[in-house]
Amino acid sequence: MAQAAPGISGGAEAVAYNDEVVRKFVIAATFWGVVGFLVGVIIALQLAYPVLNPPLEWFTFGRLRPVHTSAVIFAFGGNILFATSFYSVQRTCRTTLFGGPGVANFIFWGYQAFIVLAASGYVLGVTQSKEYAEPEWYVDLWLTVVWVVYLVVFAGTLMKRREPHIYVSNWFFLSFIVTIAMLHLGNNAAVPVSFLGTKSYVVWAGVQDAMTQWWYAHNAVGFFLTAGFLGLMYYFIPKQAERPIYSYRLSVVHFWTLIFLYIWAGPHHLHYTALPDWAQTLGMTFSVMLWMPSWGGMINGIMTLSGAWHKLRTDPVLRFMVASVGFYGMSTFEGPVMSIKAVNSLSHYTDWTIGHVHSGALGWVALISFGALYFLVPRLWNRERLYSLKLVSYHFWISTVGIVLYIAAMWISGIMQGLMWRSYDELGFLQYSFIETVEAMFPYYLIRSLGGILFLLGSLIMVYNLWKTAKGELRDEAVVTDAPRVATAAAGE
Amino acid sequence: MADRDTDALTGIETTGHEWDGIKELNNPLPRWWLYLFYATIIWSIGYFIVYPAWPTLSTYSKGVIGYSSRAELDRHMEEVKASRSAWLERFEAASVDDIVGDTELLQYAMAGGRTIFADNCAPCHGAGGAGAKEYPILADDDWIWGGTPEAIYTTLLYGIRSGHDDALESEMLRFGEDEILEPAQIEAVADYVLSLSGNGAASEEGQEIFLEQCVACHGEDGTGVADFGGPNLTDGIWLYGGSREAVISQINAPRHGVMPAWIDRLDDVSIKQVSVYVHALGGGE
Repeated sequence: MAQAAPGISGGAEAVAYNDEVVRKFVIAATFWGVVGFLVGVIIALQLAYPVLNPPLEWFTFGRLRPVHTSAVIFAFGGNILFATSFYSVQRTCRTTLFGGPGVANFIFWGYQAFIVLAASGYVLGVTQSKEYAEPEWYVDLWLTVVWVVYLVVFAGTLMKRREPHIYVSNWFFLSFIVTIAMLHLGNNAAVPVSFLGTKSYVVWAGVQDAMTQWWYAHNAVGFFLTAGFLGLMYYFIPKQAERPIYSYRLSVVHFWTLIFLYIWAGPHHLHYTALPDWAQTLGMTFSVMLWMPSWGGMINGIMTLSGAWHKLRTDPVLRFMVASVGFYGMSTFEGPVMSIKAVNSLSHYTDWTIGHVHSGALGWVALISFGALYFLVPRLWNRERLYSLKLVSYHFWISTVGIVLYIAAMWISGIMQGLMWRSYDELGFLQYSFIETVEAMFPYYLIRSLGGILFLLGSLIMVYNLWKTAKGELRDEAVVTDAPRVATAAAGE
Repeated sequence: MADRDTDALTGIETTGHEWDGIKELNNPLPRWWLYLFYATIIWSIGYFIVYPAWPTLSTYSKGVIGYSSRAELDRHMEEVKASRSAWLERFEAASVDDIVGDTELLQYAMAGGRTIFADNCAPCHGAGGAGAKEYPILADDDWIWGGTPEAIYTTLLYGIRSGHDDALESEMLRFGEDEILEPAQIEAVADYVLSLSGNGAASEEGQEIFLEQCVACHGEDGTGVADFGGPNLTDGIWLYGGSREAVISQINAPRHGVMPAWIDRLDDVSIKQVSVYVHALGGGE
């Protein structure tokens, strides 16, 4: 089979891929993405204008904030990972999903049920108060069932592959699925108060609970938002750029170093707390050692464009992907810097952390996801190309400006906040009261809200574009140059 | 990998595999990447040697400089305490009146009081003591429980209706709810009260009721009695609103605010400093 290779041209031995479930995940991801961005804008405005917290407690900041974080991470990001992992694992293994369409549909509907159960609980006040792990025990149990089925389907598909080797994107996807299962079970070990009640108590207590929580939460970033999306990156960037991966050796080394080092880094969230000093040291040093393994992914992503840089001028979809890798590199440098205790003593508990998270979440996760959605929709709906590349370009610039406004505002606000908290007057008294630091942040909260509004606006342009694409419409617009158009490859199928 | 496949564009060898059209180049690890990675590892090992780092069965490696974050915190706190000790002694010995009379202490108290006030008092009384509905203004000369430094200090120490044994207590009767006065009488006395600050005309009936029921706490002329916490009714400053409805409502079923006792929350020197600060906000007596 050596030369039958490219799946796209090898139509003769076409495999009946399960694209039906991928389409569903794409629709769900797009829907939840807009919901998550919208709630983000709302809570950003609630911070700037507290009067926007309504008298009904369901829609106050405290309850909407986990709705936002879960919607963007688990609902948007999760559905993207399901969609892209199922799409790419079938093609890189040249086989359909293990378990058949029924099981795949169970994963889809089961995961959407998890999202709805979790979010409705937050609004009603049902929460176990662990950040990014707010769902109560019954929702956790349900997710465990869905996740184990996902693991079985993904691993089963790998096992029945018709390729001699397992492609790098699948290593990342598999590590993401396995590690998330482990984190979820470890952090959510809880004893329900009653069979029919929603309340439970976590078995960990005190600093052990804090450590377990941040072991979980930091690795949710590491394995959900990093390893999972690197899996996505390793498939979609070479496909969109039509270039080989830059270095196989780098992918091997950075994969193993990344997953080995990441799992240690959680304690950097607990510097200068009751956590023992030795654990703080390990969290910090492993975060610093994580810098280069993280950048391995960036190098492989960007250098894959060697020989195809000109495509960035004409292909806004590729621009999304490459910009996302740039943001990835930036925030994976910022992360190790912030983990250093001296820096952390300034940055911790300030908006700088929020800015850091969003440079990763908006810049890396969301931009690469948008790129993947623009890649997938014409192919999944068998269309010649996207409805409009010009709209993709508008989306790119609007969301990029939004991200820059957001993170720059949070950098300034966070550093200012940290400096104000620690500044003393000449008589040895704190220079500023807490409320003065809050007042000083107001203009930056407005800029942040504006950034969020732009980002939301961009995503609505994408929804319109994808909708028109799925319907099969083509916008009449001039092609920028004679460079290859976005979906020429699809014509071969 | 027998057939050596090279990428036509760059001339670099691939690994020979292909998945869905994706190949991989066999580029080596970038040197700068590798050396930076080694550098972070070496730096970390150095850090492990210097600082507490690795757990053992019963303890952990302490590091060669004997660092501990708790000891570091203690040292910082000792330094701060030492730098303030001369001042603290002087404040402990001084009464609030002494502080107001001593330029040096006053300056120091104003600096300390400002932050203490902003963190602890401003949520109710507003920045700079501007007050809010139901929370008295501290920047004017209208004092319910007295505006001398000592009076303010006492109010701060024990609070008002705070539950503390020495709290300042006052409770206006529920003239309407408890049927002490008829609704018409309440309206009459309300009109009289409003007339004290030049708002509208009052009936004689209103004045009679006022003299019977109100003067014990609010004084014959309505200017208030600080010892009983009876507010001045003649100055047009109203805690619960100055409309006719609001005054009637307050006579009918009065609301009573609560001020916490700060003696259990702040140290004595801080309370002295914030007392002096409040006294200086504008209307201290």
